[in-house]
Amino acid sequence: MNFDSLLWVLLLGSLLGLELIGKVPPTLHTPLMSGANAISGITMLAALTAIIKAEPNSPLLIIGSISLGFALFNVVGGFFVTDRMLAMFSRKPTKKNK
Amino acid sequence: MNLPDIIKFVIDLIAVLLLALGIKGLSKVRSAREANITAAIAMLLSVVGLLSYYLGTSGIPAQSWAWILVGSLVGSLLGTLLAKKVPMTSMPETVALFNGFGGMSSLLVAIGAFLFPFNEVAKAGALEPFINDVSISVSIFVGAITFSGSIVAMAKLQGWLSTPGWTQVKARHFVNIVFGVTSLIAFIYLISGNISSIWLLVIASTLLGIGVTLPIGGADMPVVISLLNSYSGIAAAAAGFVVDSQLLIVAGAMVGAAGLILTQVMCKGMNRSLISVLFGGSLSAQTTTSSGSGEYTNITSCSVEECALTLEAANRVIVVPGYGLAVAQAQHTLREVTKKLEQNGIEVVYAIHPVAGRMPGHMNVLLAEADVPYEQLKEMDVVNPEFPATDVVLVLGANDVVNPQAKNDKSSPLYGMPVLDVQEARTVFVIKRGMSAGYSGIKNDLFDLPNTSMVFGDAKKVLSELIGELKDLGVGDK
Repeated sequence: MNFDSLLWVLLLGSLLGLELIGKVPPTLHTPLMSGANAISGITMLAALTAIIKAEPNSPLLIIGSISLGFALFNVVGGFFVTDRMLAMFSRKPTKKNK
Repeated sequence: MNLPDIIKFVIDLIAVLLLALGIKGLSKVRSAREANITAAIAMLLSVVGLLSYYLGTSGIPAQSWAWILVGSLVGSLLGTLLAKKVPMTSMPETVALFNGFGGMSSLLVAIGAFLFPFNEVAKAGALEPFINDVSISVSIFVGAITFSGSIVAMAKLQGWLSTPGWTQVKARHFVNIVFGVTSLIAFIYLISGNISSIWLLVIASTLLGIGVTLPIGGADMPVVISLLNSYSGIAAAAAGFVVDSQLLIVAGAMVGAAGLILTQVMCKGMNRSLISVLFGGSLSAQTTTSSGSGEYTNITSCSVEECALTLEAANRVIVVPGYGLAVAQAQHTLREVTKKLEQNGIEVVYAIHPVAGRMPGHMNVLLAEADVPYEQLKEMDVVNPEFPATDVVLVLGANDVVNPQAKNDKSSPLYGMPVLDVQEARTVFVIKRGMSAGYSGIKNDLFDLPNTSMVFGDAKKVLSELIGELKDLGVGDK
C-alpha cells in the first residue's frame, strides 16, 4: 500500500472516531473508555505479523511473543472488564415496565 | 489480487465495520453490552483474517506457531484473571494498567521491527524505508510514554505513589523539556540510520512519560488516563504504518480520536483546560498558601439518630455519591437505606456530578451494581434546579464537587468548576470520615454553612447504623 493512501486511511479513521462518539451519556464514559482501550490492543496484529515474518531462531520471535502477550492482556482483559461493567446496567429489566 | 488477498480484504472490511459499530453502540445504554461483544468479535475476525492470509500465501512456520500460542495464552489468561478478580472500585486503575500494557506492546513490536527488520519495504530502496523508520520511531516514542505514564497513573490511583512536593517545583518543566528534546534528538538520529540511538529514544520517552504524569494531582487523573488511552490508539496506528496494515491504522485512529473527545468532555466537567491539567501541576500543592485553605469555624456535627429523624420527616431526598462511597464499598448499604425511604413514600434521587469518583461514569457503574434504578440517577444540570425544593441532601464521600467556593469565591482555584448546589436544600448531611480536605486539598465552605451537619464515620458503617435507626423509627416496615 502506498504511503499516501495509508495517510488517507489515517485521516478518515480519525474523522470516523470523532463522529462515532459525538454524544455519550456520562454513565457510559468509563465503559466506553475501557472498550476503546481494549480495541487499542489491535497492535496484536503487528505483533502477530512480526512473529510470522521472523527468521528462524530470530530474537524477534521472543520480542514478538512478549508483545503479543501484552496486547492480548489488554484486549481480552479489556473486553471482559467492560462486559462486567455493562452487565450491571442491563441487569435491570424494570427499566421499561415502570 | 489473488484469493488470499481478497479474503483478507473482505475480512478486514467487515472487521472495520464491526469495530465502528461497536464504538458507536458503546455510546448508547441500550446497545452497549452487545456493542462490546461486537467489537470483541471484530478483533477476533481481524486475527483470523491475518492468519488465513499468511496460511494462504507464505505459510506460517511451526516455530512461529509455538511463539504465537505461548504469547497469546499467557496474555489472555492473565488479562482474564485480572478482569474477573478486580473489585469494581478499582476500575480506573485497571483501565490505566491495561492501557499501559497496550502501549508496551506497541513499543516492543516497534523495537523488534527496528532491530530485526522483517518487512520487505524496510529492505527496499527510496522513500519507503524512511517512512518505515519514522513510523517505528513514532511508535516507540508514543508507546513508551503511554506505558510509563499509565503505570504512574495506576500507581497514584492505587495509592502506591503520592504527589510529593518536589514534583511541583517549576524546574520540572525544564527537566521534562530536557527529556523531550533528548527524545527528539534520538528520534532524528534514529531515522537517519543510527540504530543504537533507539535505546536513548526508549529511555528518554519513558522518562518523559513519568516526568509529565508524576506531578499531576489525583483529581486530574481521569483526564490523564483518557489522554493516555488516546495515545495508545496513536501508537497502534503508528504500528500500522510499520506493518503496512490499514486495519491497524483505522482502529488506532478511531481509538485515538475517541480518547481525545472523552478527554475534552472530562476537562469540561472539571472546568480545566488540558494545558492546565498537563502543566499546571497538582491543585493542592498550588493552593497551600492561597486563600483557598483555612480553618473551619462553624462545624456542626450530629449523630446518626438525628440524621434518621430528619430523613423520616422528609418528602424528597437527594443522594450525592462520591469516591468515599466507592472506597467504603457502601453502594449496597446505601441502596438498602434508600429502599426503606422509598417504602415510606419518600422520593429519592441520586445527583451524579460528571466527574464524581475518579472517572466519569464511575458512580453510575457502582450504583448500577447495587441495583439502583437507572432513572433515579440524575445528571448535574437536571438536578441542580431541584435542590431548593429538596428537604434532605445526603453527601456520601463527595467533597470538591459540592464546594460552593466554585461559585462564590473568585480567588479559589476551584472557581468556575460546575458544582452541585446542595447548599440550596433545607438540610445537608455530609457523611465523612474526618475533616480532611478533598482530593484537591481545598477547604470546603459547605461544611461551615448553618444548614450543614457532619456525620463522622466510614460511609458503610454510618449507613448500616442508619438502617438500624430507621428500623427503630418504623420506616419502611409497612
